[in-house]
Amino acid sequence: MAKKTLILGSGAIKIGQAGEFDYSGSQAIKALKEEGIKTILINPNIATIQTSEHLADEVYFNPITPETVEKIIKKEKPDSIMLSFGGQTALNCGVELYKRGILRKHKVKVLGTPVKTIEVTEDRKLFVDKLDQIKVKTPRSIATSSVKEAIKAAKKIGYPVMTRVAFALGGLGSGMCIDEQELAEKAKQAFSKVKQVLIEEYLAGWKEIEYEVVRDQYDNCITVCNMENFDPMGIHTGESIVVAPSQTLTNKEYHKLRDIAIKVIRHLGIIGECNIQYALDSRSEDYRIIEVNARLSRSSALASKATGYPLAFVAAKLGLGYSLTEVKNSITLATKACFEPSLDYIVIKIPRWDLEKFRLVKREIGSEMKSVGEIMAIGRSFEETLQKAIRMLGKDMHGLVCNDIKFKNLEKELQQPTDERVFAIAKAFQQGYSVDRIYALSKIDRWFLHKLGNIVKMGKKIKSARKLSKLSKEILKEAKQNGFSDYQLAHLLKTNPDEVRKKRLQLKITPFIKQIDTLAAEYPARTNYLYLTYNAQENDIVFNKGKQVMVLGSGAYRIGSSVEFDWCCVSTALTLRKLGYKTIMLNYNPETVSTDYDICDKLIFDEVSLETVLDIYEKEKPLGLIVSMGGQIPNNLAAKLHERKVPILGTSPDSIDNAENRHKFSRLLDDLGIDQPEWKELSSIKEAKRFVKRVGYPVLIRPSYVLSGAAMSVAFNDQSMNAFLKLASKVSKEYPVVISKFINNAKEVECDAVAFKGKLVCWAISEHVENAGVHSGDATIVLPPQYLYLETARRIKNIAKAIAKKLNITGPFNIQFLAKENQVKVIECNLRASRSFPFVSKIFKVNFIDVATRAIMNEKLPKIEKSAFELDYVGVKAPEFSFSRLKGSDPILSVEMASTGEVACFGDDIHEAFLKSFLSVGYTIPKKNIFLSTGTPETKAILLESCHLLKKMGYTLYSTFGTHAYLKEHGVSTTPLYWPLEDKKPNVMDYLKNRKIDLVINIPKNFEREEVTNDYYIRRTAVDYNTPLITNTQVAKLFIQAISQYQEKDLLVKPWSAYREEGVHR
Amino acid sequence: MKEKTLARLVLKDGSVFEGKPFGADSSEAGEVVFNTGMVGYPETMTDPSYRGQILVLTYPLIGNYGVPPKEVEHKLLKFFESSRIHIKGLIISDYSHNYSHWNASSSLSDWMKDGNIPGIYGIDTRALTKKLRTKGSMLGKIINKENISFYNPNKENLVEQVSPKKVTQYGKGKRRIMIVDTGCKYNIIRSFIRRKVKVTRVPFDYNFNKHQYDGLFISNGPGDPKMAQETIENIKIALQKEKPIFGICLGNQLLALAAGGDTYKLKFGHRSQNQPCIEKGTKRCFITSQNHGFAVNPKKLPVGWEEWFVNANDGTNEGIIHKRKPFFSVQFHPEASPGPVDTAFLFDRFIKRVKNG
Repeated sequence: MAKKTLILGSGAIKIGQAGEFDYSGSQAIKALKEEGIKTILINPNIATIQTSEHLADEVYFNPITPETVEKIIKKEKPDSIMLSFGGQTALNCGVELYKRGILRKHKVKVLGTPVKTIEVTEDRKLFVDKLDQIKVKTPRSIATSSVKEAIKAAKKIGYPVMTRVAFALGGLGSGMCIDEQELAEKAKQAFSKVKQVLIEEYLAGWKEIEYEVVRDQYDNCITVCNMENFDPMGIHTGESIVVAPSQTLTNKEYHKLRDIAIKVIRHLGIIGECNIQYALDSRSEDYRIIEVNARLSRSSALASKATGYPLAFVAAKLGLGYSLTEVKNSITLATKACFEPSLDYIVIKIPRWDLEKFRLVKREIGSEMKSVGEIMAIGRSFEETLQKAIRMLGKDMHGLVCNDIKFKNLEKELQQPTDERVFAIAKAFQQGYSVDRIYALSKIDRWFLHKLGNIVKMGKKIKSARKLSKLSKEILKEAKQNGFSDYQLAHLLKTNPDEVRKKRLQLKITPFIKQIDTLAAEYPARTNYLYLTYNAQENDIVFNKGKQVMVLGSGAYRIGSSVEFDWCCVSTALTLRKLGYKTIMLNYNPETVSTDYDICDKLIFDEVSLETVLDIYEKEKPLGLIVSMGGQIPNNLAAKLHERKVPILGTSPDSIDNAENRHKFSRLLDDLGIDQPEWKELSSIKEAKRFVKRVGYPVLIRPSYVLSGAAMSVAFNDQSMNAFLKLASKVSKEYPVVISKFINNAKEVECDAVAFKGKLVCWAISEHVENAGVHSGDATIVLPPQYLYLETARRIKNIAKAIAKKLNITGPFNIQFLAKENQVKVIECNLRASRSFPFVSKIFKVNFIDVATRAIMNEKLPKIEKSAFELDYVGVKAPEFSFSRLKGSDPILSVEMASTGEVACFGDDIHEAFLKSFLSVGYTIPKKNIFLSTGTPETKAILLESCHLLKKMGYTLYSTFGTHAYLKEHGVSTTPLYWPLEDKKPNVMDYLKNRKIDLVINIPKNFEREEVTNDYYIRRTAVDYNTPLITNTQVAKLFIQAISQYQEKDLLVKPWSAYREEGVHR
Repeated sequence: MKEKTLARLVLKDGSVFEGKPFGADSSEAGEVVFNTGMVGYPETMTDPSYRGQILVLTYPLIGNYGVPPKEVEHKLLKFFESSRIHIKGLIISDYSHNYSHWNASSSLSDWMKDGNIPGIYGIDTRALTKKLRTKGSMLGKIINKENISFYNPNKENLVEQVSPKKVTQYGKGKRRIMIVDTGCKYNIIRSFIRRKVKVTRVPFDYNFNKHQYDGLFISNGPGDPKMAQETIENIKIALQKEKPIFGICLGNQLLALAAGGDTYKLKFGHRSQNQPCIEKGTKRCFITSQNHGFAVNPKKLPVGWEEWFVNANDGTNEGIIHKRKPFFSVQFHPEASPGPVDTAFLFDRFIKRVKNG
């Protein structure tokens, strides 16, 4: 058996590749450790649980590229490697290592599915040929290698056709084309990134079904879970509402597809786990095999959580050579892993989209992934589960009905789905559409539509009671069984949710807690994997009001809240366990490690809402709740829970309110003599203008309640101010806007800290590379700061101390500062863990969450040496953007957050760390040609020296005419190219589309959100053609400095432990 | 609204589960058992092995795809496992009033009305299942309007009730398979027809030994195998010959008894589509469909026989095989329907033995 195994992670979270790989990688490491195998993990995603101290033996925060992996192989000399736990990134890298002969050269054995098999599943033609051998059906498909060939193939198959791209994650570059023009455009784009594009038969309207299959080397093969897409073929499964198990399949259909799955997987020779997708005709038993993913996938994470079957863990064991009959069922502990789970509940997954955060993006969903996260709901009726699921999305929707949502063109919405289609269906029912009519437009199976119709009907039934007092016990119970929240009932009966709750408790209508046991109650389960349902008569568990603490999780991954909060929740749970507390975890995100049932004593997979938390609290009566680890969702519940006498552990909810409430916080800063940017809350446009006149432009404008800066904007003049206020037409007393003075060219600095009873225990001050104006979630962050005055740092620490004392903080908190010439102003303060806690914890090798948890629980705090904060290495955190997936969106940084993930790397100096982290998020060191468009005269001047440097390094520079003139004047020669909107050659668009440019530096002239411009075309085209793009002056400068000092081969591969040793001993 | 009326499931231990009625509005008594399969209610409900039983389905959403039409193929209803519903009643959590499937011809409720089978939905089937798991299968009754008394089907010869009265021939082929129908599922017959053999289906107490055949098959069926004494006696005679014998489910138990072994009643039986069975002496494990309340006692196997398959979950017997002669049987259902078809190769193995003479 293997002795030392290398595991490839998946890097930053991006659209199509999210937190699910933290889950699968963590499970794999656990499975290997259990066998005494030494594990080496490569993953630059610093916010993951898999890169925490307690898991892998060595962690490398390095880019997952063949070059880096080879260096690490040389250094570590592993005997084996696992490729299937880090998504497409790991798989692609693994295939490349194999192809280049690196694995053979260093005698590294691939555990699990052989690379030959992976290649077959990734190459469409090989795949179809292989499946033809056993006479199973695949869609009619022609592989093409040029635009011309693609057009010819489409003619043969007949329009509409599907285009598909080999080796793609999340269906990038695939889509339906109705005619030749559309196909030509799509194919051209696709060929810029890949060598092969497939033209395929279009199966719109067929059912989409998936199976998760597990096979061992003894040829035992089982299907762990099947899933049915609510949305028929045509919509990527990552964009679909998915139900497990399938609902509309007969025994014959279910087992026919299952049997084919097993045949195919055996024929392919997969060892471990994989996913097979089918199209199933809705009018016969005809089918097509769409694809096989020979690795753990988003669907397998979902299937794991849906069934309780630890797919990744089992897959890792099978990779080591075990048989399915030798691995135990970790839920029952009595039975074996060789079985197929039986569910006695239903599971619904809904993707979470954040499309409104992007400028100019298309809202339609289709065969490419755009969603940034997902949620999973569990219940015992479809109606109950769906309504829960919709609320879990956290998009201010209260369920299927009772939402404030309007559609301009309902028919179109049903036919061409956007992220809001499910609500359009509810609207259609309300407007009297029949099931058949909705079916004709949407092709969603009538069974699902009837269920949605039932919810609408139930809503009407509730409403007809007119008053809460007249609502009968039966109807109230039925409403709860159909998933209506107290809020929905209150909305329909014109009362408030507290009244509904009161009545409910009087009538003893409360949810029951049920257990997920993989065997539908046939055998007793030993684990507490739980959910709530009203479709029951008894609880599965006994409530022992012991020494237990409940941790509220972070919910769906979204822009602004991602794996970093899961790391915080998991770290808290682990510390609580160490301290001897029993833990209850509440969360509903299937991509997380916090929802692994071995992390806590009780995992409740359900809503993190006031209603649900109260329901659970009243049953479990824990000592208290920790709300400061899961980001804004639990934090927002603090005050409401506190009002209802639920004990909140750590900083008091009153203090949280003092920090969150802008007026209170501002007064507090004034009292403490701490400076802040001038601001005002304004409820009319007239007032707003008067304020701006006084403080002067630029100003930062934001609506009253925001998460991660949604709809925030900077106005530089009357024109942009007017444009914004027009958009914010709702400005009123109820919806005020906050306008604050925006300070140009200021540095942004963050302080992440932990306090105990008002006293600072540990802190980390880090600086942004970008000047203020870029959302902190999108910023490149450096720790320890390299360009910050000592005096500024000292002032920041003192402010943190003063605020901690004033708010009597116990637990984690984060303060954001503006710094300019030693002037420090406070922008924001959150009395909870922030996005950067895992980053600072791992750079400092001091787990801030562990410290915070001990503080919260009033336990003995570890002694932290001052020297722990003195490092002789640097950490740089870089954002990952998923602009290439969000067709049409303007890839620009602003006060609104747009990044989907992040990485962080270590280096001996800032340049090394910076370059490693930028390579980790997909940048490459330019080979030859760079295109420059360096913005305003001011930014042009800042970048002048960098341009000289580029020239000195031998790069060929192209530029816009404006930049050309400026640079020429200052002695840098460039070749000018015409703007995209100019019909002249040589045009920058041709250079971009023909991939002649290796790097685009395009500095926008201001932060305004405006129309489609020349600059937009340059940025968008760079992204569409996979050319690295930099749009920030400070980043451009640092990047150029970095590449002038380091080449890729100079970058060190050094394990985390090596950095930590240096950190500790000096 | 009609929904206001309630139906009750009363168990022998005095516990009562209240829900809403569907299907026929009659009252029925029987033995309450649970099945954890997630698909295949039309197949399950027409499986003769459920004779006398009130069936609890643990999967909560039932009726989703309606019920298929009564098409006939090879003299058998194409989409069902026998000519009628055999369960006494159906207990579920959530009934789909609106079904959707291209091959459906009626709703589950209407089909049950036609067969005079009552059902209850709105029951916490998980709570009920846990009770049956801990206390064992129990007598129970569905009460709609009138109260009735409990009824214990295991005291009757259920095989006699489900076995055909006459002999029927199916299929074409050189080899002749004799099926002793002690409650045979149609898909067993179909599995043989598909393999191009001539099938003679005879009643459970029929003296098949007077006929010539190339292979003997003993089917599945309901209840306590010891009730089918006539069948056991006939098998004893067959065992003295060398013709291949294959048994499924009840057939496994009857073969064991005829050979001199013993059977016993399981606490709550195996009724599901996910039972892992290990072929002894190998690392091969098969996912199987099962429906049985009795099992062969592996400790009392007669001389010359050995265990063939065992259940990976609880170690119970899943099949026996003669060490030298071509006699073998399995406790699970290779014919599936409902359930996984992974062990269908056993039919091939049997036919191969038959062909090899």
